[in-house]
Amino acid sequence: MSLFKVFDIAGSGMSAQAIRLNTTASNIANAESVSSSTDKTYRARHPVFSTLFNEMGGNGVGGNDQVGGVRVNGIIESQTPLRVQYQPDHPMADENGNVFLPNVNMIEEMANMISASRSFQSNIEVLNTSKQMLLGTLRLGE
Amino acid sequence: MRFDLDKAFGIHQYGMALRSKRAEILANNIANVDTPNYKARDIDFKSALQQAAQGTNPSALKTTHSKHIPGGIRVAGMNLDTVYRNPIQPSVDGNTVDSQFEKAEFTSNSVQYQVSVRFLSGLIKNLKTAIKGE
Repeated sequence: MSLFKVFDIAGSGMSAQAIRLNTTASNIANAESVSSSTDKTYRARHPVFSTLFNEMGGNGVGGNDQVGGVRVNGIIESQTPLRVQYQPDHPMADENGNVFLPNVNMIEEMANMISASRSFQSNIEVLNTSKQMLLGTLRLGE
Repeated sequence: MRFDLDKAFGIHQYGMALRSKRAEILANNIANVDTPNYKARDIDFKSALQQAAQGTNPSALKTTHSKHIPGGIRVAGMNLDTVYRNPIQPSVDGNTVDSQFEKAEFTSNSVQYQVSVRFLSGLIKNLKTAIKGE
């Protein structure tokens, strides 16, 4: 029954979006975490999504392999340069008087947050609609 | 009059199988809305329904050996071909999913599934009345 697979697919989508929301929350929370060296500074984290292929049904012929949702391949740290501020009176300042701030782009994070929450909602709607379809089928012939 | 139970439900039984498969494909598109390089897929419903009703797929890969792998996706004992959607607007990450379009298609697909359910329900009720002879 294909409709039951929809639950797995929408579930995988929701879990992936939840991870994305989680990294965004972590990035926003740490946006101002200062440190005194480049390697100890928090870097913005972003999940990498990839399509999950169904091992049982997939055959890879003519691009018709079955897809079975989405998965998070991993979480990468942003490689954009860190923000450096000259604040000699700061308790965390290094010998040159600099403090290092994370490379979190607040605008990007807010956009990511909204996109993740909207996608999460779409998946919930897919789930609800499929549930109604299944319940309708159960009442067949009544 | 000869009555054939296999044909009593008409096209709706194939319609339902295809609609539930299409729901899966569209749910996949919606789940992969943020996946880089994901290409939105769909099935050509009209030709798929014809194939399902006739039990043949004219564009299916020919298999001449029992261990050959047939192409396409399997629905109701049939191998169907999925097609890629033509993107309306190109995106930087190579993803061709249009979230709004897919949601609209998913909703319309589910309503049409429920139409098939309603028709089948009516047919079953008629059969029950005929069996009881009330």
